[in-house]
Amino acid sequence: MSIKILDDKCTGCTLCLNVCPFAAITMKDKKAVIDLDKCTLCGACLDSCKFKGIEIQRSTNKTPHLEDYKGIWVFAEQKRGIVQPVAFELLGKSRELADKLKTEVTAVFIGHNITDHAKQLIHRGADKVIVVDNPKLEHFLDEPYTKVLVQLVRKYRPAIFLCGATFMGRSLVSRVAVKLHTGLTADCTGLDVDTKEGFLLQTRPAFGGNIMATILSKNHRPQMATVRHKVFKESELDKSRKGEIIEEKIATSLLSSRTKLLDIVEEVTATINIAEANIIVSGGRGMRGPENFALLEELAQVLGGAVGSSRAAVDSGWMPYSHQVGQTGKTVCPKIYIACGISGQIQHLVGMQSSDIIIAINKDASAPIFTVATFGIVGDVFEVVPLLTRKFKEALRR
Amino acid sequence: MNIVVCIKQVPDTTQVKIDPETNTLIREGVDSIINPFDMYAIEEGVRLKERFGGKTTVLTMGPPQAVAALREAIALGCDDAILVSDRAFAGSDTLATGYTLANAIRRIGDFDIILCGKQASDGDTAQVGPGIATQLDIPQITYVKKIEKIEDKTMVAERMTEEGFEIIQTSLPCLITVVKEINEPRLPSLKGKMRAKKAEIAVWKALDIDADEGQLGLGGSPTWVSKIFTPPPRPSGEMFDGDPEEAVTKLVHLLKDRLN
Amino acid sequence: MDYLLTEEQIMLRDLCREVAEEKIKPIAAKYDREEKFPWEIVKILAQSDLCGVYIPEEYGGMGGGILELCITAEELSRGCAGIALSFAGTALGTDPILLYGNEDQKKKYLPDIASGKKLAAYGITEPSAGSDVSAMQTTAKKDGDYYVLNGTKHFITNGGDAEIYTIVAMTDKSKGTRGASVFIVEKDTPGFTFGKKEEKLGIRASSTRELIFTDCKVPKENLLGREGQGFLIAMRTFDMSRPGIGAQAVGIAQGAFDAALKYATERVQFGKTIASFQGIQFMLADMATQIEAARALVYAAARQIDGGAKEVTMQSSMAKLFASDVAMKVTTDAVQIFGGYGYINEYPVEKFMRDAKITQIYEGTNQIQRSIIALNLIKESKKK
Repeated sequence: MSIKILDDKCTGCTLCLNVCPFAAITMKDKKAVIDLDKCTLCGACLDSCKFKGIEIQRSTNKTPHLEDYKGIWVFAEQKRGIVQPVAFELLGKSRELADKLKTEVTAVFIGHNITDHAKQLIHRGADKVIVVDNPKLEHFLDEPYTKVLVQLVRKYRPAIFLCGATFMGRSLVSRVAVKLHTGLTADCTGLDVDTKEGFLLQTRPAFGGNIMATILSKNHRPQMATVRHKVFKESELDKSRKGEIIEEKIATSLLSSRTKLLDIVEEVTATINIAEANIIVSGGRGMRGPENFALLEELAQVLGGAVGSSRAAVDSGWMPYSHQVGQTGKTVCPKIYIACGISGQIQHLVGMQSSDIIIAINKDASAPIFTVATFGIVGDVFEVVPLLTRKFKEALRR
Repeated sequence: MNIVVCIKQVPDTTQVKIDPETNTLIREGVDSIINPFDMYAIEEGVRLKERFGGKTTVLTMGPPQAVAALREAIALGCDDAILVSDRAFAGSDTLATGYTLANAIRRIGDFDIILCGKQASDGDTAQVGPGIATQLDIPQITYVKKIEKIEDKTMVAERMTEEGFEIIQTSLPCLITVVKEINEPRLPSLKGKMRAKKAEIAVWKALDIDADEGQLGLGGSPTWVSKIFTPPPRPSGEMFDGDPEEAVTKLVHLLKDRLN
Repeated sequence: MDYLLTEEQIMLRDLCREVAEEKIKPIAAKYDREEKFPWEIVKILAQSDLCGVYIPEEYGGMGGGILELCITAEELSRGCAGIALSFAGTALGTDPILLYGNEDQKKKYLPDIASGKKLAAYGITEPSAGSDVSAMQTTAKKDGDYYVLNGTKHFITNGGDAEIYTIVAMTDKSKGTRGASVFIVEKDTPGFTFGKKEEKLGIRASSTRELIFTDCKVPKENLLGREGQGFLIAMRTFDMSRPGIGAQAVGIAQGAFDAALKYATERVQFGKTIASFQGIQFMLADMATQIEAARALVYAAARQIDGGAKEVTMQSSMAKLFASDVAMKVTTDAVQIFGGYGYINEYPVEKFMRDAKITQIYEGTNQIQRSIIALNLIKESKKK
């Protein structure tokens, strides 16, 4: 494997210098030179060169019978029989991609006593649903779920396999992809297809959201990706849609697991899960103490949202870690994010900057949070937040 | 109890900035650090050793300069460090990285628990930990926020989920990936720092880990980056800095329709 | 400025800086407000091997000297001088044992101090014996295998939180300053109680209490050195500890300066940062210069002690005197640079100023330091 500059094509235009994330390219005698000690062969420069002057020799390893792989699969995550909303988002996007590729969308639905729920996946846009219903699959466990998916992929050969980038999804398909020896792209925020070649164009943020990368898995099938929750719209419910439900039986002997679920603990918090919330009211160091988060809870309640927190507030013990937004907490993308007394350290911004609308309230006009804010209010949170609560209450008559 | 902690040296993403003129990454002055999530894995590895005895080995794949991250891990209490470094590993995606690290762990041999951070802050994939477990054919518990107990070759741990957590039991050996909640990493000790400075760190090349060349680096990586671009900047927002009552009224008016 | 530190000393400095930056700074204001003793930080210092930097390796320490102690005190004080005093106050209580302890005493007490398991404190000051130590009232009367202590010490740093106390008491009042002795007293000794915790202007995370001895029986093995050596031990202890106070003062000054410099380059008035005004520039330049001079003097005194010099009293006093006056001046100027914001507790500089004041007072007021320096100068001139 290697990378090289084709000297006869390089015009010395320096475009590739700027795109290299590792500063591995320099100019020498008006030609680009790659420092192989710094280069990670990421390929960013290839795309930047207008003269096709950079070449990466790649292996020709391929999934055997690659052309037999067809259709788009969606892993329909369920918990206690309830299909998780991210599955509907994936069905919506898959439908769009499948129509472009003129192919089918199949939902894979694993659990116990779930067969009755399979229909709703058809109503949400699937052409087929493969159901695996077994008492051993009632709750998610990495090993049996992996074995089921691997077996199904080997049997049906889908070209694309999408899964929500949830705790379950990221844990599960990481194992599946290794077993299938194929490519997996994590936490995508954009998906498209190349209709000519059938490639899945998987776009995702990298370097803390500072850059975006589009990733391909040209020679391996299925092309697997996990997709960030709340990036795509849920597909519409259409009860008139028809489709096929395939019940797959898996030998129980295959469903053994070295891990065992002992208990599920749903943490009781006053507010709803921030990953699911459409509106998040978040507080930081400027809230001054745990008692003041009650102000945020009131506002969140009026708006039907959840309460989030910056790392500073979690580290001070004002809020539990499950509410933390940011690099070491959760990445959220609600419709409205209200940042109260949060200065906006980059670690916080990477966790919330893809929210649709960002409202920032801070008394320091130069706080970095205002650089990402759709609306910024320079003022005292203890004055502004209760005002917002009151005015929204009036406006929404809640 | 023998523990392996897998870490990654990453650019400090909090220092990475975009040049607004050229719309490219500004790399100057960006330090290399241990992936923040791996700090929790190191701490947990050191605590487990302190509790159960044995040895904590820290492992990384990376360029020669990644040795700095390993020395830091020793200063924090790890006993041994191994750098897996070879040009043949360049261009590795998560599949090839998992394969390479799994091979290195096989060479380390005797292990009970492998610890990883939940994901790396530069790639954010969360795929390498489960990848290693799968390659080694051992069970995993991802997103661990607490190890409840370890006895008789089993571990019980709390695994974070969207709604709360699950309590999961696994046989050992196993791999766990950890979240921030699991502990509060200590600072290095003076003795640790002195030991780290003098420590001899083994460097293993592709030949040393009995690897199949076709599965390494770019050649062993199914995924390719086809394009890198900077996200469009957020359109600049509207600022209210006058009377708060006025600002709030305006804002509520603007947002009202979106909420109903 | 390059202070020609060794690689190990630089490692120590960087580690202490990390502790101050990451662990002390974020909680400094809270601990100051609540007058909370920093056990949390003591635990971190212990884990990082910092409690015993100045204690020989054979007793579980890191084998450093006064310079290492100064580096540690300075860097920790940059975060919070009150919190740093849990360390520096312990060092003061430990110095008499390091200087005059016999092998048994050292083996018994130093390892727990080095590992951070126990803190120490030093008790000399009394309600009517401040600068005038000869007015000391606390007595220790020999009674078989014990000494019986009676009296009250006050303004004792780490009082009530420390486990090990080195106490100066009169074994023979008739001999005046030659009648004092030093004892190691453990916290739970019967007859040893504590008075109320003082509420202070600064260093509020540090605890300051009265120590009350009522027929407190201390085993005779706990006598440090010989009977009657008390004042000698006390003075030699101050020789060793005063550069540490200087270092603490340098740390406070540096912490305030760092905040002021940052603020001056960010605060905009008249359309420019205030750092672009010459009035502020001159202040910053003076502050930085004074800090460097203070540090140089403190390090020089510490090196002189570590080098085994016989006469260190004057240098030690000079380091303490100069650095603490610099700390007071620099922190006052830092508040000035912050303007109105400097005067409110939402910004850190007013705390530095409050903390700085004590460095001019304790371990000998700066007036006493000047007397010591002058007396030494006169003594030396007579020798010639």
